Amino acid sequence: MSQVVRKALVAVCALGFAAGGIAHAQTKEIRVLLANHPYGELLKAAIPEFESASGIKVNAESLQESQLTTKLTTEFATSSSSVDVFMTRPLQEGKMFYKNGWYEPLATYDFSDYPKNVMSVASFGPRTYIVPLVTEWQVLYYRKDLLAAAGLKVPANFDELEAAAKKLNSDAVAGFASRGKGAAAVTQLSSYVYNFGGLYLDKGVAVFDSKAAVDATRFYGRMNGTYGPKGVTSMSWENVMPLFQAGKVAMWTDASVFLGQIIDPSKTQLGADKVGIANFPAGPKTNSPFIVTSWGMAVAKQSKKKDLALQFLAWATSKELAAKAMLSNITMARTSVWEDKAVLAKVNPGLVETRAFAARNGYPLDRPYMSAVGEARDLIGELIIESINTRGTSPNLEKMAKERVAKVNELLQDTGEYGR
Amino acid sequence: MIRSSFTDRHLHWLFPLPAVLFVALLMVFPVLYTFVLSFSNWNLTSGQPADFVGLRSYARVLAEPRFLHALGRTIAFTIAAVAIEGLLGVAAALVLNRAFVGKSVAKLLLLLPLVATPVAVGIVFNLFYDPTIGFFNFVLTSFGLPPGLWVSHQKTVLASLVLVDVWQWTPMITLIVLAGLAGLSEEPVEAARIDGASEWQIIRLITLPMVLPVVLTALILRLIDALKTFDIIFAMTGGGPGYASETLNIMGFKYSFEYFRMGQSAVILVVLFLVVFSCSMAIMKLRSATEQ
Repeated sequence: MSQVVRKALVAVCALGFAAGGIAHAQTKEIRVLLANHPYGELLKAAIPEFESASGIKVNAESLQESQLTTKLTTEFATSSSSVDVFMTRPLQEGKMFYKNGWYEPLATYDFSDYPKNVMSVASFGPRTYIVPLVTEWQVLYYRKDLLAAAGLKVPANFDELEAAAKKLNSDAVAGFASRGKGAAAVTQLSSYVYNFGGLYLDKGVAVFDSKAAVDATRFYGRMNGTYGPKGVTSMSWENVMPLFQAGKVAMWTDASVFLGQIIDPSKTQLGADKVGIANFPAGPKTNSPFIVTSWGMAVAKQSKKKDLALQFLAWATSKELAAKAMLSNITMARTSVWEDKAVLAKVNPGLVETRAFAARNGYPLDRPYMSAVGEARDLIGELIIESINTRGTSPNLEKMAKERVAKVNELLQDTGEYGR
Repeated sequence: MIRSSFTDRHLHWLFPLPAVLFVALLMVFPVLYTFVLSFSNWNLTSGQPADFVGLRSYARVLAEPRFLHALGRTIAFTIAAVAIEGLLGVAAALVLNRAFVGKSVAKLLLLLPLVATPVAVGIVFNLFYDPTIGFFNFVLTSFGLPPGLWVSHQKTVLASLVLVDVWQWTPMITLIVLAGLAGLSEEPVEAARIDGASEWQIIRLITLPMVLPVVLTALILRLIDALKTFDIIFAMTGGGPGYASETLNIMGFKYSFEYFRMGQSAVILVVLFLVVFSCSMAIMKLRSATEQ
């Protein structure tokens, strides 16, 4: 009896495996990792259309940006990944993913619709690995009503910015705000550094101890420390934005991506008519705010379904979806959508104007472009906090900058990127 | 028949085998793997395969001032949190051990912080601590007191985190000590009362010495937990501002998942493991001494 039961069990199991195998072979299925980003949300909503048109089932997962990096890194490093396509941050993880061979080269993709400077962070050597999705640039958000009441014009340079912040600052409203939370503030400090005539890295060598970069850090610290909200050294955009939306900040420099949220009536106490967006103010040397490819999309080298993955990639990065995203004020990397008059008629004019300025004059990096960028950002973040805490007057800032530069150069040497 | 006798003969290790395998796979293997990793230079940002480098990763991490500061902070956070929780927890247990109106409601309220998820607690306390729109500064300024920066300043962040830990974990000490008090014999207390001892003398000279082994058990549990605290700190400050609230656990996480220096991260976690292990051993010795 027991032998009969055993044989029956074996037969059922064998049938189960066989059926599973057949089902697996018949279902065209891919796994896609998306970011909790407006474009990721737009894709997620549109995926059913792709599924019905292609017959490919898409298992999409959405993660917060740092969790997405951690998940991808863990899966790829342990060679246990079943991810086929993923959203990726070229400036944050691009170099590390490329060095570890986690990106599939995209030999057949048509990149003719992308600007040259955007492609510079999507390619390594002669090959391209990332399709640029979203661009963002630094802008000045300001309260039209407060500036008008104080008889001020929109600041066009750092002197005017400081004078306006001083005049607008009160117990109830901070005259100015920008990220102060160490590593998170590094991207926002970058445009100040560029406009003072400095850089984070120059040809693979850390140079943020230059007079220009230290002066910029002092100015950033003075602005945030003197006119910024209380506790700004623990504030990233997640903390500054609600304050701006609540009417407690008069001027805010950050990435263009937040405009949609601060003029959305369901998310802000301010009316859209009270919020203005302007070009980032000029510095003593130049006006070259960052304009970066914040998000891209790539196919995993480990993917066993590369044909299906490439099919999804072509759809998810298509011109049609890019145009659709632009209507939701998601600023896409494709050139053609910025030339399409029908699209531009529906995009916030402030975004169109500031993007045109940044595209002409901007710099394509907002952080030290290196594999060990996480640690480098923490090191520069220490300078920002010191500068804010001392309102830009710290006597130690030059010494601290030299020490941090030495450490970042050590990281560049560790990863074989020094001087390259 | 043969199979059955084999089973009979080896029953004593066949039954615990699943549990042994479970412990080996899920506890011993990760610890051993971390030890092995700590002797490598596995660094994902270099794109190079891991090499055995002996004690070089130890030398590099242990020489970092940041590591020593994190170690100091871990110890300071633990001592402050466990000391305050111990004092408040035992005091609350002594109060709750007496009969009074509303005792069961008080016990129920005491349990609430314990069941809250630490990350949710962190988010709520961050709202309370907000320097501009937070509840704590609203209360302070309502009484004419100067507002604080709480978790937003290097000098106050650690104390603010200790306060959250105390709020959440003092009830655990209270509950354990309360269970210990319930198990004590009433006779010595009654005898002392007949001999004219004051309430304070009874607590100090009779109740506390009798319940001390239980208090030490509660403190060991809290100590181990406080040394490893991760969720509240990560959710509230991520180790900041700067590195001002970075403990060994947070530093280990950053080295692994933000810097991708796996070998050096393993060194930090091995040191944390040794700290937890030696503290636990020391307190267990103290506990057995008090029991004798």
